[in-house]
Amino acid sequence: MNKLLFTAGLCLCTLCAIAQDCQLVLSGSVIDSHENTALSGATLSIVGTAQIAYTDLDGRFSFADLCPAIYTLEIQHPECKTERFEINLRKDTDRTLFMEHHLEALNEVLITGRSFKTQSETQLNNTLELAEIEKYSSGSLGDVLNTLSGVSSLNTGNTVVKPVINGLHSSRVSIINNGVRLQDQEWGAEHAPNIDINSAGQITVLKGASTLQYSGNAVGGVIIAEPRRVLLTDTLYGKTILTGATNGRGGSITSELFKGYESGWYGAIQGTAKRFGDFEAPDYVLSNTGIEEGDFSLRLGKNTINSGFEAYMSYFQTTIGILRASHLGGASDQVAAIGSDRPLIIEDFTYDILVPRQEVKHLTGRLSYFKQFENLGKLSLQYDVQWNQRFEFDVRRGDNRNRAAVDLELTTHNFVASLESKLTDDFGINTGLNWIYQENVADPSTGVRRLIPDYEQYTLGAFAIADWKVSDRLLFEAGIRFDYTLMDVFKFYRNSFWEGRGYDEEFADIVIEETGTQVLVNPELEFNNWAATAGLNYKIDDSYRLYFNYALATRAPNASELFSEGLHHSASRIELGDLRFNSEVANRISVSLEKQGERFSFTAAPFVNWIEDFILIEPTGVQQTIRGNFQVWEYRQTAALLTGVDLDANYQFNQNWSTRAQFSLVKGYDQTRDLPLINMPPASLNNAIRFNKPEWFNFQTGIESQYVFRQNEFPDNNFTVFVPETDQNELVDVSTPPDAYQLWNWDASATFKINEKSDLQLGLQITNLFNTSYRNYLNRLRYYADDLGRNVRLNLKINY
Amino acid sequence: MFNQRIMKKNVLFIASIVATLVLSACSNDDDNTPEEVNEEEVITTLILTLTPEGGGPTVTFQSQDLDGDGPGAPVLTVTGQLEANTTYTSTIGFLNETEDPAENITLEVIEEADEHQVFYIAGGALNLTSTYLDGDGDGNPLGVLMGFETGDASLGNLTVVLRHEPNKPNDGTLADAGGETDIEAVFTGVSIQ
Repeated sequence: MNKLLFTAGLCLCTLCAIAQDCQLVLSGSVIDSHENTALSGATLSIVGTAQIAYTDLDGRFSFADLCPAIYTLEIQHPECKTERFEINLRKDTDRTLFMEHHLEALNEVLITGRSFKTQSETQLNNTLELAEIEKYSSGSLGDVLNTLSGVSSLNTGNTVVKPVINGLHSSRVSIINNGVRLQDQEWGAEHAPNIDINSAGQITVLKGASTLQYSGNAVGGVIIAEPRRVLLTDTLYGKTILTGATNGRGGSITSELFKGYESGWYGAIQGTAKRFGDFEAPDYVLSNTGIEEGDFSLRLGKNTINSGFEAYMSYFQTTIGILRASHLGGASDQVAAIGSDRPLIIEDFTYDILVPRQEVKHLTGRLSYFKQFENLGKLSLQYDVQWNQRFEFDVRRGDNRNRAAVDLELTTHNFVASLESKLTDDFGINTGLNWIYQENVADPSTGVRRLIPDYEQYTLGAFAIADWKVSDRLLFEAGIRFDYTLMDVFKFYRNSFWEGRGYDEEFADIVIEETGTQVLVNPELEFNNWAATAGLNYKIDDSYRLYFNYALATRAPNASELFSEGLHHSASRIELGDLRFNSEVANRISVSLEKQGERFSFTAAPFVNWIEDFILIEPTGVQQTIRGNFQVWEYRQTAALLTGVDLDANYQFNQNWSTRAQFSLVKGYDQTRDLPLINMPPASLNNAIRFNKPEWFNFQTGIESQYVFRQNEFPDNNFTVFVPETDQNELVDVSTPPDAYQLWNWDASATFKINEKSDLQLGLQITNLFNTSYRNYLNRLRYYADDLGRNVRLNLKINY
Repeated sequence: MFNQRIMKKNVLFIASIVATLVLSACSNDDDNTPEEVNEEEVITTLILTLTPEGGGPTVTFQSQDLDGDGPGAPVLTVTGQLEANTTYTSTIGFLNETEDPAENITLEVIEEADEHQVFYIAGGALNLTSTYLDGDGDGNPLGVLMGFETGDASLGNLTVVLRHEPNKPNDGTLADAGGETDIEAVFTGVSIQ
């Protein structure tokens, strides 16, 4: 073929030579349009001729002795897609030609952007890859994140799983799903993040607030879930994962289909359905703990080097049953429930989800666009909207039986504009503006006083992040962000609370209506919050790397901390907020040492986090009501100190065998009162031995031990209550943590080729292999029931 | 061609943002104050009235907590005097007085008799025994209508507990009944003379 072309070319040339005076010169340079730098080593050929030229170090090339004609110039480069340019040559010409360099990097442009777009370069990123996420296809975000060191979870049963990063959770952890910061009533300890993990291709955990382009208030850390990367080729692929599990007697199915074109157009559709009945502890059924979930997402966009856009939408809905035995009246019910070693209500297994239960719907829409400007950089614009509807159904009486006790509708509009500029080869800066509008509406028809009041919240933020590559080994990064937040709230207070707190004197001017038993007030709260980060990344030698990061984060109190004033049914306690709170300010320093050796690799990541005006909730007494006695928990601000270390180590014995160890420790103290903080994750140690043999259908197997120590540092919040039947005061032990426990897990998988394009992966996992009864300190239902017993899960995945 | 298309998208995009801004600005209407919610299920008041067999002065036990789970404690009052060695019959009433007129919750309790039970516990040295005079559809006790019998003069506590969704039948103790406490009133210093 080449020979043929060569011959044809020769003929053509000869023809030219005969016909005309062929002495024209075509010269020029080839520029990498991505980085705007010269592209050296590109091969240029004139189609239909044998003329070939190469670009020099300055990207220059030249062809001589050309005839006046229309030529097709083909440019090839190992890292670029081959391009053809048409040139009408009439005189000596010098042309600048742009090539789309970094075909590989390009795939990330729209989705992950540059490194400082989603990650921190001066902080160790803990990343979960697709294979690990797929293993948890039927689980939740919290379940899969639990496998990372330093990340634990705050559970309500086993289906409401909230990630905890180095001891902090809820409003202190920002979750970014596909570029959108999740706004889903995340303040509540019993509210799980509304994310279908099957929509993520990669999940990254950043301990500490160092992604200022999203938020400045991530006192605990940031979780970033990103979809699979877009490939700029003509492609159609998909996958389906089927999971069946014995515990809960249910399963899930998830499917994804992706279509891409070389032109840059792409589209993806993904969906998940999940259904489980009551889960089981080793000795009994955990009644009313089933879950049902259905989600889908769509993506459509066009991605090229210089510009791109994407439209994305996702819908998530779930119904989650809450352990029936956990719904209690007052403190005397607590005495009975905590005193019993089995839940007080155990029914036969069922798929029905009765009360108490949560029903949540979450809709996200996002439009994003970027364009590269030659001398300016990359301009990105994004608008996203989220709508979150949360129902909580309680055990109620009479006509109210089927009415939700909590009915909240949260709508958030978010707009971000940012500009990433590379000022020099080694210095880049990302600046941007962020505008957020949020509205919460609590439906009054529940017949229950609002848990979270109606409010509107406006936030205007600005940020700048710079990174400076001092040398091949040293990189600096620094950023700053400012947020102005205005919260416009309408709240009904009970007169007795309003006056008891002295609000009637301090806040008399915000009262707009008095109804007799309640008073309607309109607080307008303003917060001016600064956040900053600074860090470095130093490559000590080929295997060692050191990260240092400092982060300042400021978080405005959330609606629950400010406005709670009543019975929290699911916790069986009265919770009181404080209108006078100011923002909490965290200063976090982390150092990480990483070794990536051929056989041995490890990371050691100690941290310390000082938080001023840390908002915590603690018991302050017992309140008598006609329903009996309830413990009162009040929010309070204090100085807190959290410190700890996360250790990871891997050793590769040979090609087939490897071992892994993970240790996490966190200590938290209330410095004002010199007391331990409540709900700090106990120390944990995970060990695993893995075997893999690619020749045996990519066979992999491993056995894992999870050892969780007893939490020995906890505040004593026990109280006594009068029990009429025994005619005396009895202790309600809500503090003592459960004993240490060890769980064993086993898994195996193999992959079989079906045909050229498809393969089938079979996986089997057994968790809690020995059906050990245990209770987890960070499970809010630990007072009432044991945690999950043995679970055998079969995964079937087809790639096509 | 392509640029034009992108341009078009751009315009649409910006238009949608403007629309959102305008819409949200419009909806920011401070005149729309939220509607007040009064706890519909709350029971504020318990009234237990004992009438001696064959006539005589009644004895009333009342617990009233008008702010529900608010900071105000319930107010417990006993009017009248329990006589020694006397047989009483009693009725109990539950009210939600945050509504006007007050809602009579007793009717709901009777309607859902199989899901409720009232327990009466004499504590300390109080010489008082009780008998259920009513039942639910399954023949299990409910406790709205009761019979009481006093013994010799004594002093102690009387606790009245309304349980929602207790185990039925049960052995008459709270521990065996389980369920959730809807009302718990402990009358201390009750005397029989």
